[in-house]
Parts: sequence; structure tokens; C-alpha cells
Amino acid sequence: MTVVDETQETPTPEYRRAVRAWLAAHAPGSLAGLPADEQLRRSREFQAALYDAGYAGITWPESVGGQGLGQAEQQAFSDEAAEHELPLYPFMIGMGMCGPTVVDLGTDAQRDRYLRPLLRGEEIWCQLFSEPGAGSDVASLQSRAVLDGDRWILNGQKVWTTNAQFADFGAVLARTDPDRPKHAGLTMFIVDMHAPGVTVRPLKDMTGRSPFNEVYFDDVEIPVENVLGEIGGGWHAAVTMLGHERVSIGSARRPRRSPLEFTSLAERARAAGVDTDPVVRDRLAELYAHERALALLNSRIRQETAAGRPPGARGSVLKLAGALQLRRAIEVAGLVSGADAIAWDPSDTSGDELALAINAAPSSSIAGGTNEVQRNIIGERILGLPKEPQVDRDVPFRELAVGTQRREGTR
Amino acid sequence: MTLVPDSEVEELRAAVRRFLGDKAPSERVRAVLDGDPGHDPAVWSGLAAQGVLGLVVPEELGGGGAGHVERAVVAEELGRALTPAPFLASAVLATDALLALDDEPARAEFLPRLATGELVGTVAVAECGGEWDRTGGRTTATAADGRWELTGVKTPVLAGDTAGLVLVLARTADGPGWFAVDGAAPGLTRERLSTLDPTRRLAALRFDATPARHLASADPAAALGTVADLAAVALAAEQTGLMQRALELTVEYATLRVQFGRPIGSYQAVKHGCADVYSAWEHAVSVVRHAAWAADHDRAELPVAAALAQTYTGPAAFTAATAMVQYHGGVGYTWEHDAHLFYKRAKSAEQLLGSPAGHRARLAERLGL
Repeated sequence: MTVVDETQETPTPEYRRAVRAWLAAHAPGSLAGLPADEQLRRSREFQAALYDAGYAGITWPESVGGQGLGQAEQQAFSDEAAEHELPLYPFMIGMGMCGPTVVDLGTDAQRDRYLRPLLRGEEIWCQLFSEPGAGSDVASLQSRAVLDGDRWILNGQKVWTTNAQFADFGAVLARTDPDRPKHAGLTMFIVDMHAPGVTVRPLKDMTGRSPFNEVYFDDVEIPVENVLGEIGGGWHAAVTMLGHERVSIGSARRPRRSPLEFTSLAERARAAGVDTDPVVRDRLAELYAHERALALLNSRIRQETAAGRPPGARGSVLKLAGALQLRRAIEVAGLVSGADAIAWDPSDTSGDELALAINAAPSSSIAGGTNEVQRNIIGERILGLPKEPQVDRDVPFRELAVGTQRREGTR
Repeated sequence: MTLVPDSEVEELRAAVRRFLGDKAPSERVRAVLDGDPGHDPAVWSGLAAQGVLGLVVPEELGGGGAGHVERAVVAEELGRALTPAPFLASAVLATDALLALDDEPARAEFLPRLATGELVGTVAVAECGGEWDRTGGRTTATAADGRWELTGVKTPVLAGDTAGLVLVLARTADGPGWFAVDGAAPGLTRERLSTLDPTRRLAALRFDATPARHLASADPAAALGTVADLAAVALAAEQTGLMQRALELTVEYATLRVQFGRPIGSYQAVKHGCADVYSAWEHAVSVVRHAAWAADHDRAELPVAAALAQTYTGPAAFTAATAMVQYHGGVGYTWEHDAHLFYKRAKSAEQLLGSPAGHRARLAERLGL
């Protein structure tokens, strides 16, 4: 019996070598310390260079400006990219979530208009789902779009919107029919973030940074040709996008030298002289085991995808495990670093990096669907366990209580 | 590195699963536990007929000439079905030891018989406490007139009460050495031990000037290392099979069992527990496939991969079995239900090749910590 088919993972060693050589020559290095607008300018430059070199939209169809290649090439690129600190953060939402959804559901005109500029880094996208009253329960959102001739008029508030501060376009989910049950009355639109009536206000997260925003829509006009998918088909579009999101988050390759990875923590242990402590060694070995198991699961799912079995809801397993692994790593970091994890010499940047990683960790258990939501997805879609009784599934939206707000007095 | 089995491997899996479903269902497993030899000879010969006992044995020695990827799949299925059989002892430990040693005549004599299942082999290394001692421990081998004799106690020994061939690591004047002992040799006393897991037989073997055959080996301690690593892979595969079946049965029950007007699987407390077991199983499968692949294709990677496999799967399988008992409630704590067999097998497997802490310590060492 033959079991080795190296082609499943590295169909083209030449491809990987070419990626490696190109990144070695063109990766711009760390942009830390530069002013925000300069960082953004260089990020755009790098994304354009990626596109010109043929490394943007590797798995997207050629007809929309992608490369029309397979998961194997994408994987080879991601693996090599993980060796560098690439300034691709501003394009993460567009490339990972909005773009693939436009590929799936967009009209030919939409694909022609939006995908190439997105791939070239000329236009940045954000995703406008969450609202103050609709986090995990996305379908209970209250932003309203009303048809007025050949345009829709959008009103409402979104929140925790990553990258909205520099986005040119957004995929916004809004209620277009409050008389239908909550999932049935939604529509997705492509909204111009520079349109009159759009206000973006930065929100500070618990790290003290402002990667996300509140977005207000006041009588914002959206042309009818900007409906993404079907009118009333917003939930389907959202599920499509969330599927891309989970895969994108779950399979994201963190740069290898994150302060909460085994290698960094083992180094810290050596530096602190506690690497011979049996408890430290025990916890480090356990941390490695979980980290490596997740990496291997990631590789396996990518190999299966390349062989024609898409990850489906198993993206939730990756996302959940990544979040849980961070919590485990923080515990080990405390064990290894002791008081150095809570106070350090201001000149020691590794102390800042660890603190930032510790403070940023909770976002991985919430953003893109909480751990609880991921477990529901695994339980229901993979294991087939019954859903909890849903009391709001068939009730017209206007009769529902949503978020922490009281029910409208319509019943 | 290939983590997706090809169609031939999946066919092998399907064939073994079908066979065990037909010939070794749960009632049959329970029926053979108390008698001798503690497993069903018909199942054993059926496995032999399928060619799965000699998968890693070269074809010229009567084996399948396949590899550890294939053997891991068989182990997974045996773990799934909780099949009581001396597979780990004979098709894994004894077979791997003969392949790791450098004794051509012993290989030619024993491997074909192990592959057909006619001979059951095992390996006796542990002494009182269970961790594998590379020195041979306190069991001594002495030669007089070119004839070797063993004296000492090995325990616990897998299938030690029934094996016809026992491969023993003992201490000689020149360091550790491997010896072959006939199960019926004079001066060998075999005592079946009481076990946590009724599906796996373990025995204490007492050697009292027992005649033994010295097996040629360039590096007996290194051979033991290889045997231990390969056993870790096979056992981890068994553990993933156990996890998978435990989860299937739990999910099935959680879907059917109604309390407070709803299937219990609709409650997040239960659903999330099942989701966590599923997630751990997906990880475990990946870790095991990697380790099996390394056993076949990257022996330099095997020591870390094997330690990783045991570090991850042991506790994960026990957690899955614990969840199985828990979510079955009182039913799961009842003798008539199979949940306790999963629980006992999982706990026993978690300790069989050394404690989880021991595996983590080995892993740390192999990672250069």
C-alpha cells in the first residue's frame, strides 16, 4: 500500500520556493513605531506588490483577478508568510471575509467593480454586522434600510467594527422587513463608507488600542445595485460570510514568534532560569502538545480541503481551540515569568509584548463568534445535537425583545 | 507529511470495522472477559485471516509489508470496539521488538508465526511500578556453557499469562540484553493480575533460572526506545478510536434522552461538553496520524511525535470516557451499560506505557528543554 502523497501538501515545491524568495526580497519588515497613516500607506504598497507578484487572491478565480490556484498553494503561501511580520492587517476583513462573499454571491458587475481594487490594496473593506443589542444573536439587529425609488435609505448603529476607521467599503447587514421573523427580514448591502451620513467613531478596546469602531448611519443612501445576494436573503449572505470568517480566523497563521507560543515561553523559562523546574517543564510540555495538536489539525484540514473535503463547521473547532490555547499559554506565562509578567523595566520591550498579548487574548474568545457560539455550532452542525428551543424563530421581528432592551409595545 | 489516509487505508478501516461489528459486538466482548484466554480466539484468528496482525512485517517474513499508518488504523478500530485481544502485545510490542533487534534467525523463526496469529508474543520490560527501565532492571541474565538463564520478576506484562513468546529485557554483565523465553519454559511462573480494565489482560512473570535465548542486538537500549515509541503510537491510535465511539454513543443518547421536556443534548451544558470532546478527538486524530506517518517516513521526528501522541491522547481519551459516563447519568454508572468499559479502558490506557506526567517529561526532554 502506498500512503505517502506529498503532493497533497506541497504540490509545487517550486511554488513554495518562489514565495519564500519573493518574501525574503519584498517583505517590508516591522512597521511598528511609524505613524498610522504611514503604516497604512506602506501596507497598501505591499498589498499592491503582492498582487503584482501574483500572491493576492491565490484561491480566487482568475476571472475576478485572483490566481485560480488551490488550497495547497494558499497553504504554502501562508506557511511562508508566517515567517514574516507582514503588514496585511488592514486587508484582513476584505481578503478573508467580504471578498470571498462577493465572489460567492456578487453580481458580475459587483465582482468587476470591487474585487480587483480590493486585491490591489486600493480599497479597504469592513464588515458591519454587530450592534449594541445584537452580538452573538446577529439576526436580532435593528439597523433599518427602506427602499425609496432606486435607492435604499439606511439608518442605525453598528459597533465593534474592525478597520472601519480606514475602510472604503463595508458589507452591512440591515433589516428590510420587520414584519417577517428576524432571520427572514434581513438584506446585505455594499455601503460606501465615505457616503454622507456615515460616521465612524473609534472605540478603545481593553488593550488601550482602537482597532474597532462604532459606526452610525444617518439616512445613508445605497444604490439598489449594491444589494449583495438577494433582498431578504441577508441571513444567507451573513452565514456565507461568517463561514469565510471562521476559516479565516481559525486558519490564520500567527507570526511564529508570538510571546504566547511555546518557543517564546520556553525561551523565557530559560532566561529566567526556571527551565529545570519540573512543574514548569510539565506545563510547557503540555502547552507544546496542545499547540502542536492544533497546528497538525490545521494542516490536516487544509490537506483535506485540498483533497476536496471542505472544512465546513470544523472551522469552529480551530477557532475555539485557538482561543483556549491562549488561555493555557497565559497561565504558563505567569508560571514562567512570575512577577516579571506584571512589572518590568520600561526598556524591556518583551515585557510590553507579553502584556499586550495577555490583554488582547479575550478578544479571541469573543470576536467572530464567542467560544459558546462555536461550541453550539460544533454540537449542532457537526454532532447533530438538537437546538435549544427557539422562541423567536417564527415571530415577526417587530414583536420581539432584543438585546437588553424591552420589547416594543406592539403586542 | 500526509495526514489524510488514502482510499486503501480507508478500505482497510471499513473491513476491520465490519468484521468487529459482526464478530465482536459489545455482548461478545462482555462474554469473553472472565474466561480464558480473556479474548475470543475466533476474533483473533479472524483478524489474522484479514492480514492485520503482520501489517508492519515484511512480506518475505509472511507479513503485509505495509506500515504504521495501516497498523494505527487497525488499532483505532480495535479501540473503538474495546476488543479484548493481544494485539498490542503481539502485533505491536513483540513484532516491533523483533524488527528493532538484529537477530535474523529469531526474526525468521518468530515473525511469520506472529503474523498469522498462531503464536502470541509479548514484551516484558517493566518491573513493579510500570515505567520502562532501559537497563533491564533487576532481572538478571547469566550464561553458563553458552546457555542463558533469567532470574527476576517482570510486571505488568501485557497478555503475559497466555503469550507463547516472551521477549525480555534483562541485565547482563555487559549491560542490558534482549532474550526470548518460551511461554511454557521451566522456571517461568505466570500470574494473572487483577486489572482496572477488564478488557486488557496483564500478568506478573517470575523467572527462576528460566532458560532463555539471547537475541542479537547492536544497541538493546535504543531498540527498547524504538519499541516504546512505536507502542505509544499504536496505543494512541487505540485511544482515538475509543474517544470516537464514546462520543458517538454519548451524542446518540443525548439526542434520545428527554429531561424537563427536552432532549438533554439541547442543553448547552451537555452540548458544550460534547463539543469539547469532539474538538479533542479531532486534535487527537491529527496527532496520531502525524505520529504514524513519522513512524513510517521520518524516524528522526518519531521520538517527539510519539511522546506528543501519548501526552495528548491519554488524558483526552479519559476525558471523553468520563463525559460518556457523566452524560449518561445514572444509566452510565450502571454495570449493564458499556460506559464503564470505556472509562476503565481509557484510564488503564492512560497509564499503560507510563504516566501522563512521565510522557510530558519525556516530551520536554525531547524538545530540548
